[in-house]
Amino acid sequence: MGEEEGLHQTPLLDTMFVRGLKRKCFDGEEDIEGTLAGIKAIPSYNLQRQSLLDMSLVKLQLCHMLVEPNLCRSVLIANTVRQIQEEMTQDGTWQMINTQSTGQTSLDRLVSTDILCRSSREQAEGKQVPGYSSFNKDFEDDQTQDSSETMSTSSSVQTPRNLQSNVWEMENPQESRGNFQKSLDQIFETLENKNPNSVEDLFSEVDNSYYDLDTMLTGMMSNTKMGHCDGLETFSSPTTATSNSNCKSDLNELDHIVEILVES
Amino acid sequence: MASHFHAFQLFFPSLRAGGGNDIQWCFSQVKGAVDDDVAEADIISTVEFNHSGELLATGDKGGRVVIFQQEQENKTQSHSRGEYNVYSTFQSHEPEFDYLKSLEIEEKINKIRWLPQKNAAQFLLSTNDKTIKLWKISERDKRPEGYNLKEEDGRYRDPTTVTTLRVPVFRPMDLMVEASPRRIFANAHTYHINSISINSDYETYLSADDLRINLWHLEITDRSFNIVDIKPANMEELTEVITAAEFHPNSCNTFVYSSSKGTIRLCDMRASALCDRHSKLFEEPEDPSNRSFFSEIISSISDVKFSHSGRYMMTRDYLSVKIWDLNMENRPVETYQVHEYLRSKLCSLYENDCIFDKFECCWNGSDSIVMTGSYNNFFRMFDRNTKRDITLEASRENNKPRTVLKPRKVCASGKRKKDEISVDSLDFNKKILHTAWHPKENIIAVATTNNLYIFQDKMN
Repeated sequence: MGEEEGLHQTPLLDTMFVRGLKRKCFDGEEDIEGTLAGIKAIPSYNLQRQSLLDMSLVKLQLCHMLVEPNLCRSVLIANTVRQIQEEMTQDGTWQMINTQSTGQTSLDRLVSTDILCRSSREQAEGKQVPGYSSFNKDFEDDQTQDSSETMSTSSSVQTPRNLQSNVWEMENPQESRGNFQKSLDQIFETLENKNPNSVEDLFSEVDNSYYDLDTMLTGMMSNTKMGHCDGLETFSSPTTATSNSNCKSDLNELDHIVEILVES
Repeated sequence: MASHFHAFQLFFPSLRAGGGNDIQWCFSQVKGAVDDDVAEADIISTVEFNHSGELLATGDKGGRVVIFQQEQENKTQSHSRGEYNVYSTFQSHEPEFDYLKSLEIEEKINKIRWLPQKNAAQFLLSTNDKTIKLWKISERDKRPEGYNLKEEDGRYRDPTTVTTLRVPVFRPMDLMVEASPRRIFANAHTYHINSISINSDYETYLSADDLRINLWHLEITDRSFNIVDIKPANMEELTEVITAAEFHPNSCNTFVYSSSKGTIRLCDMRASALCDRHSKLFEEPEDPSNRSFFSEIISSISDVKFSHSGRYMMTRDYLSVKIWDLNMENRPVETYQVHEYLRSKLCSLYENDCIFDKFECCWNGSDSIVMTGSYNNFFRMFDRNTKRDITLEASRENNKPRTVLKPRKVCASGKRKKDEISVDSLDFNKKILHTAWHPKENIIAVATTNNLYIFQDKMN
């Protein structure tokens, strides 16, 4: 089912990660097959690494469910995120990103992609589904493209997020980002017994009817349906965001996440 | 003549009787529903033989424990050992709700551990994420009849109607197996319990969660001692969790715990009350040529088991099984690759979360063979003496008892030979996480998602 699809869709992602780290040392090293391949490899590697980073952040986000998240899994994913961040810092990608202008946080967009991709049943059961199969398809199909691909993907999920925000009365992107961070907090804070209700925190600005679990889940489900349809319609409107600002906003988020990830 | 035979054996070690023989595994039984549609509650979450091997316990996601008992060997049927039949079924844990955190506590049984038998009754510990319970399983096959003051159905007789007296006698009845909870060890774990292990003193046991290990006395439920605590003062600094723990089979002061970073720490409880400082740290240096973003995740140890002798311990990480000599900390003495062909698929396995699957492993009774599960309902055995390994499949297609199981092979790349299966065709939904080996015989229990398979070696 999903697992088999996943394996078929990301064979190149897998190969990149097996070989990718050697390419990291591309500074006149001789282990690249040809200079052309080497030049193409670098943006591709960055994209794949970015994709892994995004995937990891989405996985961390999926913790605001009824059953306590698996701490081991969360820690391993968080460590992977840190590793990527460290590598990006060493690469200089980090500094380059920081000089770019602000863009909409792609994390929020990614969060909503995943929520949209999940079936209503899985939402109700709190399962974690890789909502990433469609996202990765983009990368698999167009290995060598860079920014244009990322652009269209980002824009397609941007609008659904806004719709979702409307339903939950969170129109301010800053607030949504704050709530995203808060939900990351829940990964560890819940276990710390500090915040009594992770779900409550996530929807803290929402009216009381959402405290009723059924209403909330129904709301999410109907919202999902809405968002998905509208998302497809607005697919054609690209933003001016470049792939760099995409990375950049991610890394800003990373700063926050590393601070907040396991808040004491 | 005898000397020729000995020489012959030296050249052909597989003919030597005992551990060197290549075992021919045959299907024996399968328990569980036939449908492909798996009910969530039926997912098997733990499998464990008792110390004699006569009883086999399974726990499932629905919080139930099912115990199978081996039939007494039939003298006329010398070609097979007794079958395992249901002995007792009971609901061990119920779903709970933590009102403080507004989170459900799953009733899934994470581990079952048997106590050695001391009297007619059997005892086992079963645990979910938060609570450990001691269960007593006892048989009743007689009942008293002929009371003076009670009717047979239990109603009380009017004493004035009694004219004669008689002595009640025990009469046989259909065997009834009762399970009753004798102790409940609760409220000692903030995080999810992943392991329980009974000490060789048979009086104490440990329970381990992601960050702490507690020591209990089997008689005392309102108190436990914290012996390991790796929770950092600042949770931001958390980068490593405890994944498994076990007491040494012979030294009652020694236990080990494994971590998500691929390390194993051996601790001595005599050293201090809080065993935060290990006596030994087992860690293999990383292979730089295999380094990737997934290196740490695949190095996370999912299970640790001491050998019966106590001289070795075995660890399972995502791709391999390692045997460690307790006297050598810097590297394992043996490493066996379970499914190396998955190394190039790690990103996909990360995406679909399979990379976080926790496989268990087990020793055979003589510590000469180790076994662990894989995907596609495959399981693997490694013979430590002959260095041979085998891949078998738990499937209803090999349903005939005494049919020898056909070895399986996965084709990693290139041209697929006949009867081989390619990596991309593997079913990652069919995972064998739990296996158990009879303590004395060549009988194994292999759990697929919701079925329990029992295999035996071919007896001639």
